[in-house]
Formats: sequence, structure tokens, C-alpha cells
Amino acid sequence: MCYIGNLAIGTRMRAAAAFALVLGLAAPAQAADPIKLGFGMALTGGLAGNGKAALLALQIWAEDVNAKGGLLGRKVELVYYDDQSSPAAVPGIYTKLLEVDKVDLVVSGYATNQVAPAMPIVMQRGMVFLGLFALAINEQFNYPNYFDIQPTGPDGKVELSRGFFELAMAQEPKPQTVAIVAADAEFARVAAEGARENIKKSGLKIVYDKTYPPTTVDYSPVVRALMASGPDIVFAASYPPDTAGLVRAANEVGLKVKAFGGAMVGLQFAGLKTQLGPLLNGIVDFDYYVAEPTLNFPGIDAFVKRYQEKAAGAGVDPLGFYLPPFAYAEGQVLAQAVEATGGLDQAKLGDYIRKNTLHTIVGDIKFAANGEWATPRVLQIQYQNIKGNDLEQFKKPGTQVIVFPPEFKSGTYQYPYADIKR
Amino acid sequence: MLDLLANAVVSGLLLGGFYAAVTVGLSISFGMLDIVNIAHPAFVLLGSFIAYGANAAWGLDPIIAGIVFAPLFFLLGTGIHRVYDASFARRGEESLRGLAFFFGVLFITEVALVLAFGADYRLVETPYSSTSLALGFVGVPLRLLVPFLVSLAMITGIQFALDHSFLGRAIKAVAQDRLALRLMAADPVRVKEIAFALSIATTSVAGALLIVIAPVEPSLGRDYIGRVFAICVLGGMGSLQGTLLAGLIIGVAESVTATFYGPSWSPAVAFGVLLLVLAVRPAGLLGR
Repeated sequence: MCYIGNLAIGTRMRAAAAFALVLGLAAPAQAADPIKLGFGMALTGGLAGNGKAALLALQIWAEDVNAKGGLLGRKVELVYYDDQSSPAAVPGIYTKLLEVDKVDLVVSGYATNQVAPAMPIVMQRGMVFLGLFALAINEQFNYPNYFDIQPTGPDGKVELSRGFFELAMAQEPKPQTVAIVAADAEFARVAAEGARENIKKSGLKIVYDKTYPPTTVDYSPVVRALMASGPDIVFAASYPPDTAGLVRAANEVGLKVKAFGGAMVGLQFAGLKTQLGPLLNGIVDFDYYVAEPTLNFPGIDAFVKRYQEKAAGAGVDPLGFYLPPFAYAEGQVLAQAVEATGGLDQAKLGDYIRKNTLHTIVGDIKFAANGEWATPRVLQIQYQNIKGNDLEQFKKPGTQVIVFPPEFKSGTYQYPYADIKR
Repeated sequence: MLDLLANAVVSGLLLGGFYAAVTVGLSISFGMLDIVNIAHPAFVLLGSFIAYGANAAWGLDPIIAGIVFAPLFFLLGTGIHRVYDASFARRGEESLRGLAFFFGVLFITEVALVLAFGADYRLVETPYSSTSLALGFVGVPLRLLVPFLVSLAMITGIQFALDHSFLGRAIKAVAQDRLALRLMAADPVRVKEIAFALSIATTSVAGALLIVIAPVEPSLGRDYIGRVFAICVLGGMGSLQGTLLAGLIIGVAESVTATFYGPSWSPAVAFGVLLLVLAVRPAGLLGR
């Protein structure tokens, strides 16, 4: 009996101890549950080049945060799905993230086309939503808890090409006529609309204004046709394959104009920079970050170095100038809001982001009422001094010279385009 | 005006030659064998990336790489046809399930390319990429002329082989009468396998031509699906000369439209030509 009693007492004690242990473990386990950051990202399909680079940047951010003990003492965990570059996949992904995975925070995938279909889902649940390079999305939604990580400012479509036209109009001899050529796709259409507004202000006369289908293979007929209309400058809004096609056709045909470029997507990446090499000399294009001394924000060099070390293994853009620093900054914005508000209350997070200046590796960010950056910072860079197809030259200052805005200017604008040696 | 027209026609012809190279394999698999290989453009992309890899690793000209790797593509085609034949064709389920099979092959190829090469755009610079010949007021970029000539040589070579060998005649016969082929002591499954493998082998060269002309990324093949099937049907099912002719017509139609009416009209005019031809000649330009 005694033995039994002892045994019984021992068993009860062990059970109690085990229960206490479970409780003891359970309480800290709950406290240490990770903060889940959910998003869809293009890991396959046409947007995957940027999507995978953005993912790598967010993974570096999560590593950095976790190395410092996480947020509010909890580790950060990324929960993400491949949206296959298909906007149709996005609503399902965000519904799963919020309903099944129960993520605490959400950010968008890349870019305009993928952000729009996620908006109704996150708006329904009142989540703070950071968009990554989504051009003028909130014009339609007017959602107060939306914030865009892209320095195009409150009037993005006009801002994107403002510098291109202001620079050209400040030159002698002043251009009189302009040709617009744009891909028949969302971003290019919006960019061309903005360009038309800038052209109206500048007094230029439009002599050619056409779109082309993104499936076009040869661009020499397009370049010949626009040349025949006699423009002084050519504004192009294009995606990577068409950008390469237009640049090559311009060189083959011998495009004789005073300025060429504008909103050409693709030149921001190592792939096209190295492959087109000297053919780029003289082209002026928008950009958000390049390795020029006038853009020396705290932490940016260290981030770019770490990204470049990991890029080859991840099979992504080896330079990582265009999107990755902004994807990292996206994480920094969220982290500051969570730490400052001491929780995950979406209304408080939204209020904090709206009212404060956020410190990131792409500079200090203050958001305007529509969720865009209050102060735009679209750079116009001109490709200069490119020799051969070596990647290293693009990691150093001097080949992608900032010519606009004046406060970040790192070199002299070369004009006219036709006289620049390629 | 005349110089614009001449340049547009020349550009269109050069482009059309390239279109024919991309389509010729499909004319064999779809036109002759009745295999709806919707993954054909994905194999073209595979060819592009292998040519890119060979260029990056050994400095090999992409077109030479495309020719060197064509036998490997032939073996790949043999393997795929064996799976297709064993799983679908022998069971008489090739029409719909075969289509689903090739959809699967398309996606697997794309994902494999993303994993192997990353999702970035790739382009190969060759010594002839940035050079143009000036023939009077007509500019002829070597970037398009070289692929045009290679395409012409490839199509002529395949046509010659089909016309002048027993195997070639057997390939042309297999789609029409399998039983008659058996009576001639030829195995129709083996003949189809070789023909399908040949169609995949052409994608190695076509892919190399593509990466010389334009940058590629793994999912770019999807953009070509409509165009290659349209050229195949326009030329006449199974006719390689028809494929070449259709490629040239579509190329010139796109180029002239882009020059004079705006490039956004190009696909509409090209497909309008297809509809018009099919209305007059339902079997295509040179189809029987």
C-alpha cells in the first residue's frame, strides 16, 4: 500500500511535474511563436527575375532581424507562395495566407499587376499592406493602410518621366518634336500617359505615338517608322525583351535623335546591362538606385555587398540595385512600426507608418496621404563610358551617371544622343 | 517611302525565316504525326538556354552550339515519344490526355530552366550581333540575316532528307496510312518516334537562333505558341515548304504593318492573313 501509495504519490508528483513542465514550456513557446510575414511572389514566369531577387532581399532582412533577437522578442518567419507571375493566382494566395496560415503581417509581391488583385482581400481584413513597386495603385482603392515602397511620389506616372523631359528641354539646341513608343501593357501605358502630360507642359510636338504588342520579335520596323516621322527625341516605355530589341534596332538602324530612353524596364538589371554593353552609351533611363557616391544611404553598401554574395547561389540579378534594396526597406518599415507600437495591431501600425519618418537603407521615407512617398526621388541616369560587356564596371561609379534630380547629380548630361560614340 | 517599304519587306523576310525555323519541328510533329506538341516552344527555349550556357562556359557561338547539341535533343525527343506512346497513343487516349501531357512537359521544362539558369533574361552577344550590311538604302542586320540563312539551310536539309530517303518517305507516310507502312516492313511506332525526335532536334537550332535575335527567359515560349501553330496551319499541315512560305508571309505582314500602320496592328493583320487563306484554301497554302 505504502509502496502503492508512494508509487501513487510519485506518479501524481511526476504527472504534476510533467504538467508543470508542459505549462512551463507552453508559456514561453507561445511567447516565442514567430511573427509570420506573408506574401505571394513571382518565383516563376515573366516577373520571376525580380520576384526571386525581392525574395532574397526579404530573406536577408529576416536573417538580420532574427540575428538581433527578432521583433518584440519573437523570431520573424516568412510565409510565401509562388504567384507564377499570374495576377489570377494572387487573391487565392492572400486568402490562404490570412485565413489558413494566419499570418500576422502581409506585404505584396512584385509589382503593379500583382498588387492590385491582393488589395480587396487585405482591405476586407483591415491589414496594413506594403506594395512593392506598384505604380499608382491606390488611385482606385483609396485605402488608408496601403503604402507603396517605390520612390515615384504621389503622382508617379508623371514623375517617372519628368526628369527625362526637363533635362532635354534644358539643352541647346532645344528639341522641338518627340516620338513615343510604348509596349501595349499596363506599366508602359501608364508611363506613356505620364510622358504625354510632361510633353504638354514642355511644349514639345508629338510626331509619333504608337504602342506595340509585347510579343514583337523584331523592332527595326518600329524604329524606322518612328525615325521617318522626324522626332528630335524618342521616349520609350518598354519591358526587358522589347528594351533590348529597341536598343539593338536603334543601333542597327542608326537612330539619329537628340535624346533616347525614358521608361525602359530591363536596363536596371545586370543581364541587359552586360549583354548590351556599349550600345547603352547615351541612353537616359529612369532608375531608383545605382552605385554612385551621391546615393550613399546608411546601410545600403553593406546590404548590396551581402546580396551580391548570395545572388549567384540564388540565381538572381548579380547587381541587385533596382528592387532588392527596396524589398529590404519594406521589411525595415514594418519592423520599425511593430517595434514602435509594441504589437501587431493593424490600425496602430498603419497610423505609425502614416505619421512618422521611417529610416531605411534607401533613405528616409515619409508617406503621403495616398500611401506613395511624399517626396519623389526618381532618378534619371545616363549610361556613359561603358566599354565591353564586363559586369564589374557597373558595380563602380561612372557608367550609370545620375543626371537628374540635381540634388543627386553625379555627372554631366551628354547631349545629343546621336553624337555619343558607341 | 520606297526605302521604308523595302526595309520593311527585307526585315519581314528575315524575321519570317526565323519563324519558319521555330515552326518546322511543329510541322513535323503536329502536321505529319498529329501530335499536338504544345510544349514545342518550351523546347525552343531549352535550346536557347543550352546555347547560352555553352557560350558562357566555352565561348562557343550559339548557333554552332545549337547544331552540336541537336543530337542530344534528338535523344530527348525519343525518350518523350516513348513515354507518350506507351502512356497515351497505344491506349487511343492521345487526343485530350496527350495534350495535357504536353502541357505538363511545358511547365516542367519551364521550371527546370528557372532552377538551372534562374529567371533572368539572357542574351548572347556574337561578333555579328551589332553589325548591319547596307545594300543601297536597305539595311540588313546580321543578327537577323545569319539566323535566316541557318533556318533556310535547316529546312532545305530536312526536306531533302524526307524526299530522298526511305525513312523520310516512311515519315511522310506514317500519318496517312499506318497499315500500308507495316506492309512495307516498317514499324510505324519506330518511324513516328524518329520523326518526333527530329522535330525536337530542330528546337535546339531554333532556340540558338532565338537567343541571337532577342533576349529570352524561361517562360517566353508561351508567347510563341499561337504564332507557331498559326504558321504551321497557314503553310499546310506537314508541308515544310509551306511552313517556310507561311513564315515569310507572316514576317512580312507583321513588318510592313508595324512600319506603316503601327506595330499594335501586326498580330491582327498576321492572323487576318491566316483566316483569309484558310477561307480560300482550308488545307493551308501548300497543304493537300
